[in-house]
Amino acid sequence: MDRGLTRVLFVDLSRHAFRVEEQPDLFQNGLGGIGVAVELLRELCPQGTDPFSPENPVILAVGPLSALFPLASKTVAAFKSPHTGNLGESHCGGRTALAIRLAGYGAIVITGKSEIPVYLVVDEKGVHFRDARALWGLSSSFTVGRIIREREGGSGLRSILRIGQAGENLVSYANVVAESYRHFGRLGLGAVFGSKRLKALVIMGRRRIPVADKPGYSRLYRELHEKAVRSELFKKYHDLGTPQNVRPLNAIGALPVKNLKETRYPGDPPFAGETMAERYLGRRLACAGCPVACIHLAALREPYPDEPFFYKTTFVSYDYEPIYSLGTMLGGEDPEGYLKLMDEVEHLALDAMTCGVVLAWATEAFERGLITERDTGGLVPRWGDYDVYIEMVRRIAQRRGELYDVLARGVEEAAKRYGGEEFALAFGGNEMPGYHTGPGAHLTFLSGARHSHLDSAGYAVDQACLKEGRRLSPQELARALFSEEARRQVLSSLVLCFFARGLYDLETISNCLKVVGLDWDQESLEEFGKETLRRKYAFKVREGFDLKELRIPRRITETPTPFGRLEEVELRSALEEMGRLLAG
Amino acid sequence: MAKRLAVVDVERCVDCLLCALACSRRFGEGGLARSAIHVRSVGGMERGFVVVVCRACEDPPCADACPVGAIQKAEVGVRVDLQRCIGCRMCVAACPIGAVFWDEEREKPVICVHCGLCASFCPHGVLAFEEVADG
Repeated sequence: MDRGLTRVLFVDLSRHAFRVEEQPDLFQNGLGGIGVAVELLRELCPQGTDPFSPENPVILAVGPLSALFPLASKTVAAFKSPHTGNLGESHCGGRTALAIRLAGYGAIVITGKSEIPVYLVVDEKGVHFRDARALWGLSSSFTVGRIIREREGGSGLRSILRIGQAGENLVSYANVVAESYRHFGRLGLGAVFGSKRLKALVIMGRRRIPVADKPGYSRLYRELHEKAVRSELFKKYHDLGTPQNVRPLNAIGALPVKNLKETRYPGDPPFAGETMAERYLGRRLACAGCPVACIHLAALREPYPDEPFFYKTTFVSYDYEPIYSLGTMLGGEDPEGYLKLMDEVEHLALDAMTCGVVLAWATEAFERGLITERDTGGLVPRWGDYDVYIEMVRRIAQRRGELYDVLARGVEEAAKRYGGEEFALAFGGNEMPGYHTGPGAHLTFLSGARHSHLDSAGYAVDQACLKEGRRLSPQELARALFSEEARRQVLSSLVLCFFARGLYDLETISNCLKVVGLDWDQESLEEFGKETLRRKYAFKVREGFDLKELRIPRRITETPTPFGRLEEVELRSALEEMGRLLAG
Repeated sequence: MAKRLAVVDVERCVDCLLCALACSRRFGEGGLARSAIHVRSVGGMERGFVVVVCRACEDPPCADACPVGAIQKAEVGVRVDLQRCIGCRMCVAACPIGAVFWDEEREKPVICVHCGLCASFCPHGVLAFEEVADG
């Protein structure tokens, strides 16, 4: 096995020091990615750690297939989340995984807190600490990238992770931006960076990675590559990208609109993938090692109001989830307004999903008189009014005034302060993703370790059941989602993009591992998945999580899904079964 | 008929790096240490990319620059005689497009041999392996 993968880089920001440890056992047993990260988190994050304390570790991990196989393009981050106060886990693409692996590390662990703002440059030799005082407070995360890009070497061989104002100001759902358009999006890694005064992290390397079976490697790579480019598996991500979901979800009445008061647009939804591509698609990008290129950038051409014949063209990445949260949840009708808001969210570096749900809550709370113009500082949030929303996100990122200070901690906190809990759409403290497809989706949001739709993809189970005209019992549903979430732990330990889940069955994974010199049969991989999921759950329980105490927002049982109205008792009974499975 | 690797439409590049990674697999390894083709952004991902690789010059300056005659013009591109090479990096300095890369481990230049492997992995039509016109 590649020894480079087993090296863990420990960075102490308090002392501006680093060291490298070889930990072959850690990677032998935990593979990489989340399997390794959860183990490091358990060890290094003491029980009850304050997410903003110097002790909270930021752990970035890649795996044995990273940089070697198609779509093994993700890096896993683990930390204690300032947003939920519990397990923080977030995945990012771009060049992150390639850069970490080629710099010669399997994991990077950052603890401590720097006295002055810094950015780090990590390469094959170690860590360079750079003064970032002049970068602190810049209004745009893009500018941060631009400055570092020109100042540091390694063009084409590096990844630049950075935070924006939201992270500096400890907005609990601030994100970390990589390569301008990819993110460690959810659960507030950006705020943890901010609490450590870590403005950016540059990682670069061009090492070679040895494999155990050279001809086998080339053969298997070609086979997987051919499958990836020829098969229908990736067509939807390839052509329209994730926004191809908009029309189908609207058609079945599963698209959350106006804070989930509604589930469809009466006509064609204004942000359909087809419309976005036709009117705005300006460029496509890929993560390193991915033939799909699902990243879609809109070219937004805007005239300057003060000078005729003067235009700017901005590239804004669009995906299904931000379209849901900043588009349909806000009752938007205008794609340009949505793109401008998305662009501002990127400049400030906020989690677009949580941000949209927060704005949607605020709009409804304003409608109902729970908050007034006195609270909003004179702004009047109205469905689809993007000029107001853009101003609101700026105030949130800067925590200007009491309302915005509370909104900077999510809808759960906002509802505690102002009321409106029944329409505060968060699960386990994390704001809702864009699927009101049925019980599966919501069970995923509730029980998934990250409270993310990607944990166990219940929305896919819902859609399959709808097509087949059947409905699973709560117990069957819990078992299906448990086994899916367990399987995904294998993918996120290697670390493969979830879009590649159809390409990599356990047999294929076992073959890939053999080529790099690791012996894992299908059965042991399956067992590993379950065990890793249970470890994550054990960490959450240690930090005070209880499935039985989860709040189920009343709104999701009031607004009908394609299956009709959901019953809280049904979800509770599925959660009970899930609890049994997770306890092992 | 001899074939040459050509960057036919760099605007279609999505920065997937499949070309550079394919190049490393020539040696049955991963990574980019011995890749003879590199991709970088023009200055931000949104502005597009540059693909840097040997363009098989008619009169190659790298061969001229080599003080020991280790780089010889081939039917297409050049060939490096690694035994003869003294690792002086004159070839790297001589190539105005930056297409002579460096193998840090072995202290030897890495120059594309126009085998076309990378083009066969380019999913978006940036690279082509095309026949060289006579003359």
